[in-house]
Amino acid sequence: MTFHSILFARAEDRATHEISEAPAFFVDLNLDQVVAAITIGKQEYNLKPFYYAPLHDVDAIQYRHEVMRDLEDRSWFESITAFGNKMRAMRAHLAQADKLYYRLQKESWFLDAVEIYCDAVNCLAADLGRADLKSRGFLAFRAYVADYVASDRFTALVAETKKLKADLAEVRYCILIKGNTVKVRRYESERDYSVDVERTFERFKQGAVKDYTVKLLTGPDMNHVEAQALDLVVRLHPDLFARLDDYCVRSRGYLDETIKTFDREVQFYVAYLEYVAEFKRTGLRFCYPHVVTQVKEVYEYEGYDLALARKLILANSPIACNDFHLRDPERIIVVSGPNQGGKTTFARTFGQLHYLASLGCPVPGREAQLYLFDRLFTHFEQAEDLQNLRGKLEDDLVRIHDILDQATPRSVVIMNEILTSTTLQDAVSLGKKVMARIIELDLLCVCVTFLDELAAMSEKTVSMVSTVAPDDPTVRTFKIVRRPPDGLSYALSIAEKHRLTFHQLAERLDP
Amino acid sequence: MKAFLMYRERDFDLKRTLPWNAQALTQDLELDTLLNAMALGDQFLLEVARAAVLSGVNEELGTVLYRQGVLRDCLDHASVVRDIYALAVGAIEGEKKAYFYSYFSKHPDAILDRAIEVLEMFVGMLKRLRTIADQHASAFASEGFKTFFAMLDHELSDEYFAVVQDHLKGLKFRGGVLISAGLGQGLKGADYALRKPEGRKQHWLRQAFAARPPVYAFTIADRDENGARALSDLRDRGINVVANALAQSADHILSFFTLLRTELAFYIGCLNLHGQLVAKGEPVCFPLPAAPAERRHVFAGLYDVCLFLTLGQKVVGSALAAGNMDLAIITGANQGGKSTFLRSIGLAQLMMQSGMFVPAESFCANVCDALFTHYRREEDTTMTSGKLDEELGRMSAIVDHMKPNALLLFNESFTATNEREGSEIARQIVSALVAKRIKVFFVTHLYTLARGFYDKGMTNAVFLVAERRADGERTFRIIEGEPSQTSYGDDVYDRIFGNAEQDRNRP
Repeated sequence: MTFHSILFARAEDRATHEISEAPAFFVDLNLDQVVAAITIGKQEYNLKPFYYAPLHDVDAIQYRHEVMRDLEDRSWFESITAFGNKMRAMRAHLAQADKLYYRLQKESWFLDAVEIYCDAVNCLAADLGRADLKSRGFLAFRAYVADYVASDRFTALVAETKKLKADLAEVRYCILIKGNTVKVRRYESERDYSVDVERTFERFKQGAVKDYTVKLLTGPDMNHVEAQALDLVVRLHPDLFARLDDYCVRSRGYLDETIKTFDREVQFYVAYLEYVAEFKRTGLRFCYPHVVTQVKEVYEYEGYDLALARKLILANSPIACNDFHLRDPERIIVVSGPNQGGKTTFARTFGQLHYLASLGCPVPGREAQLYLFDRLFTHFEQAEDLQNLRGKLEDDLVRIHDILDQATPRSVVIMNEILTSTTLQDAVSLGKKVMARIIELDLLCVCVTFLDELAAMSEKTVSMVSTVAPDDPTVRTFKIVRRPPDGLSYALSIAEKHRLTFHQLAERLDP
Repeated sequence: MKAFLMYRERDFDLKRTLPWNAQALTQDLELDTLLNAMALGDQFLLEVARAAVLSGVNEELGTVLYRQGVLRDCLDHASVVRDIYALAVGAIEGEKKAYFYSYFSKHPDAILDRAIEVLEMFVGMLKRLRTIADQHASAFASEGFKTFFAMLDHELSDEYFAVVQDHLKGLKFRGGVLISAGLGQGLKGADYALRKPEGRKQHWLRQAFAARPPVYAFTIADRDENGARALSDLRDRGINVVANALAQSADHILSFFTLLRTELAFYIGCLNLHGQLVAKGEPVCFPLPAAPAERRHVFAGLYDVCLFLTLGQKVVGSALAAGNMDLAIITGANQGGKSTFLRSIGLAQLMMQSGMFVPAESFCANVCDALFTHYRREEDTTMTSGKLDEELGRMSAIVDHMKPNALLLFNESFTATNEREGSEIARQIVSALVAKRIKVFFVTHLYTLARGFYDKGMTNAVFLVAERRADGERTFRIIEGEPSQTSYGDDVYDRIFGNAEQDRNRP
């Protein structure tokens, strides 16, 4: 088994060119926020294209699940992040070498970069040997790294780098500054003056005092005095610095291409798992979904919207989880109920779950079976424009038409508050027509609507409603439960709380 | 080098945390009057006196005796002690002046120069201190001063002064700065360390023929300003550590002078107070502290030093001989000196435990582990349940901080309710405290309370009353006596009705 990539099971799974733009539905589903949070601090890896490219094959998803499960082992995960950090440090050193002016300094930073690289690869090889790995991806990679580490070109690189570093570390010299003149010679074990001074005044020591050491800031650059002094040090050790020159020329192409690619691609997993850990810390759950293509039974228990949950965690607020389960022949969830009750969040969650599953990632929740779509469509209400009702309705219908035109029976559609910009009568009539189309296409769909009439159109539709606390109708639970639409009872209970029902009003108005 | 004039083997920490109830103690015992008399307007003396007096309750018996010895020496050799104090103050102020000019310095060079300057000044002061020690040490008798002078003799020898001066000269670098270095990141110099050039011990001929290692050199052009800056930067790296070491040494010597000043300040305060008391012929004595576990309060001529300082004239003293006493209840005539008596008990305790003399002809008491005051807060005049709540809240806070062998002074406590309830609350509280052997002085006009304890016939309780002659005149003396129900009402009644024979119990 040869190693292709830690992200793709087969070489041909890899897209010919990477997509740099987010899919159309990203904003509607808050996936833009999710991916931004996942990739924050990892810009240098340019990971977003990986998150923009859903997979279309169950085996490709399986391949990533395996890798992800291996990485759930804490110590292996730490090995991989340690490797990543070293590679990052190596790049920083190379960048620094580029920026410097003096040749000797460039060479020194290059030498350090190579040293870090050798260490990174050696540690990785050792950790790979120790780790209990099961994924096809890591097993193939382990074999590759073992071969590479044993190769002559790598062992020679390590040995030469180490020797050169050690020899440079041994150099010690003395400078004598007097007036404008600097003299440089070898160090000859002269006594440390500071130690002498400290010893003399030791008897006065009275506990902690202020530190007078001045923080003499120094960048990586040298000024010309330092450079001149260094040139004199070179004259004290001509052979050593000749070796350094030679080393830098010969080692230029030290970085292995496969290792380099791995370093980037594995960050797809690292980023996601770090992101997941934030949620797990607060007791929220993630699971590996069972991804299906042959049936359309989908379910999810204790799911939640990642973008919203993250905000709530930061605000220390509780997070409401929700379930859904569509059994044959059910296809469409119609969500209704009080506003601000979590309906849109529920719809988003449904979309997020399916999308993340298509990336081969674990999804929020306890247990899930999700459908591997060919296309995912969302229709969310655009910003309201009261000046132009007709235009908005038209626009709504055009967009819905486009979606239904492109959708196939393997697509997933999320609709949020459609047809709000027309009369109730029109909305019911148009809504029913749209729904009929969706039913006909056999689409998996979530439809958030205020139109109760859509909830029971066919055996394919399921009604779910947002709920309020039984004892105080102004308190929302953000729970979406399977139940026929509530109609007016919610509004009535709030009226009751304010003593504005017919009987209450009658009583209050009675003198 | 340590002064060790407050403790046998510990520094006196001016920033120590004072007892949690320091504020209440200060207010209830009118401590500011005492402290101001010690400070005579000097803020520093005031600060030290406050810290020492208030934290006296945390000191051990041995420390009290140690300080008494030092204080006796101070009383005997006041001018020498004041000289040493002035010397310490001078050194500290000299340092401040030198510091002023280089306060904002971020250059090792300037730090080093300033440190040398300060150290040269300090060396002069230390030499003077040494001279005082040579002249007067033999006259001092206390363990504290003997140790102190012996320390000066040992640490500040002439040879030592010579070594120090040699360093201060060498660090002016007349022969250039010699620095060792290694190669750090990017081959920049690292691990800079100042080195001591070897002295020229070899004969010039041998030097000339010895195998010399190669030496390379370059010179910065005169007009190269960047070069000059870079060079001084390099020099700074070389002397950074030694500048720090020297500046820290100066700080250490400064702390020594500060410590010396702080510890002497307490005794200077005592000298100041002493002068004011003896000038008016008021008695003072060194108290005899007894172990914490004992219960002793035996004194004669004990007076309220704060009242004396306020009035500026002699005040009446009281006597007591309580060998095994846990509870003293003081009742009797209002305006009869009960509060003054209670305050004198508290002040004497604090003064004794901080190592001072006390305002009495004689005084002996066990040291206590904590001193608490629970006074009715005069400013709160409303007799509401909120007041009782506040009083009990303070009581509860005291209990939170209770220690064995504590001394607790109550002044008209638990009167924010009627007599029966107040007495019952107080009875339960006092009984519990006394059972735990907390020593209690309770000034009260709660007759039910006082009578209740009196009738129990306790052997460890003492009952005191404000003396009142048969004609109703108050002597302000507190004497032993049975709690009397007529605390003040009768007198008031008599004054209004003009009937001196009235002596009936009222319902």
